[in-house]
Amino acid sequence: MIEVSNLSVSFGSGERRKQVVKGVSFQVAKGETLGIVGESGCGKSTVLRSLAGLDRHWEGEIRLNGQPVERVRSREHLTLAQMVFQDPYGSIHPRHRIERVLAEPARAMKTGEGWDRVAPALEQVGLPAAFAERFPHELSGGQRQRVAIARALMLEPEVLLLDEPTSALDVSVQAEVLNLLADLREERGLTYVLVSHDLAVIAHMCDRVLVMKDGLFVDELDKSDLARGETHHAYSKQLFEASYL
Amino acid sequence: MPAPETVLTVRNLTVRFARSKIHAVDGVSFDLGTERLGIVGESGSGKSTLGRAIMRLLPSAAKVEADQLDFDGAPLLTRSEREMRSLRGNRMSLIMQDPRYSLNPVLTVGKQVAEAALLHQKIGKKEAYAKAAEMLARVRISDVERVMELYPHQISGGMGQRVMIAMMLLAKPRLVVADEPTSALDVSVRGDVLELLDELVRENNSGLMLISHDIRMVAAFCQRILVMYKGRVVETLTRLEDAQHPYTRGLIAAMPDPRKPVRRLQVLDRPAIDALEPRP
Repeated sequence: MIEVSNLSVSFGSGERRKQVVKGVSFQVAKGETLGIVGESGCGKSTVLRSLAGLDRHWEGEIRLNGQPVERVRSREHLTLAQMVFQDPYGSIHPRHRIERVLAEPARAMKTGEGWDRVAPALEQVGLPAAFAERFPHELSGGQRQRVAIARALMLEPEVLLLDEPTSALDVSVQAEVLNLLADLREERGLTYVLVSHDLAVIAHMCDRVLVMKDGLFVDELDKSDLARGETHHAYSKQLFEASYL
Repeated sequence: MPAPETVLTVRNLTVRFARSKIHAVDGVSFDLGTERLGIVGESGSGKSTLGRAIMRLLPSAAKVEADQLDFDGAPLLTRSEREMRSLRGNRMSLIMQDPRYSLNPVLTVGKQVAEAALLHQKIGKKEAYAKAAEMLARVRISDVERVMELYPHQISGGMGQRVMIAMMLLAKPRLVVADEPTSALDVSVRGDVLELLDELVRENNSGLMLISHDIRMVAAFCQRILVMYKGRVVETLTRLEDAQHPYTRGLIAAMPDPRKPVRRLQVLDRPAIDALEPRP
């Protein structure tokens, strides 16, 4: 579903140029959930933003669904992968009603008005259709993250890119959102790329985990490695130990 | 569990906001000795409001009532704002969640930490800076000279939280309230910050209230845990394994654990909990 080869991203120019992602390659199969774990500043979110088409100065090759994508995406390619951001307080327009938030993707991609799809979209993420009338501040953090997931699904993408989707939430609400994501994955055969610094969340959701440090992948762990706490690199071991106090 | 020395005595503490009938904190009682006490609950359970009520930091719209609220053997609620100001940051301190928001963005790190010394100790500017430098080195900041010249946006989150801890523990307070001190930090630096906090609290022989929604972290770190739900303490625990209340159990089960993989995470059965905790 996703093939990335030799992806590099740099910010700044001249003396201050800093390479954040240093030539990484990976593949994600259809229906698979790939996790990327690492500390702040390791470049994990930058990889995701490049996949989503939000960062446009990457180098290398990205193929979505078998087709190579450009730095500036066509509408067709944009609808293939949609993103859910970390902070539901910051990623939803504070002065738009939920219906407008959810209709926006369809209108932006010129696939119709989108109003008629608002109610089913809300119901599918476990919210009452009446929430369409509300403003974001009238919702709790968990409800807002559900809206963000509904918005990402409006264009019926094949891939969801999840950037720390639950780190702003309480553990009890985190469980609800993670369950919702697992259910949607099953229903729609979605492919996920999940980025987090929380190894416990990653291990719960993902089939395969890449450990990132300073712009490079240093380790790859599968489900059984995670269950046994087995690692192949000193850094992933350190991360593992830090997750259990 | 009677603590050797009581730092704080709380009896039937209640907090209401404005004319709302809902009690944000509802009849909470506990004693805090020179120990580490964890306060756990979801957002809105009243755990932060409890911490702020003890620090007397709530806005005037909040009505704080208690049968008894004694700090160091003297009642807190009757003190004037002026008296409270000389207590806060000196005998009692609050460590807040996000160093990016709670440090002053227009003062250098050195100046902020020195300010804490200047305000509460009868010392000169030079001495205050020396104390600040000493304290920053104490929280394991390398290259103290350079860091003292930096502004909060120039340092990382983990470092910012260390600066906060340095500032708050400089006066060796009797009571430290830490409100989600690590939730804005990466998992990898969380352990270091907690360890540091623990070390300093033990050294000063203070009482620590650690407020968090992460029950496992609190359990690993604290000797005693109060579990709060809708403003009330529903359970007091010394070990997680002893949890009886469905709310506490729900909170524990909601956390993913890679060593025990499950297909779906357990979510809170709110109707069942509410049936156990009827509210007027």
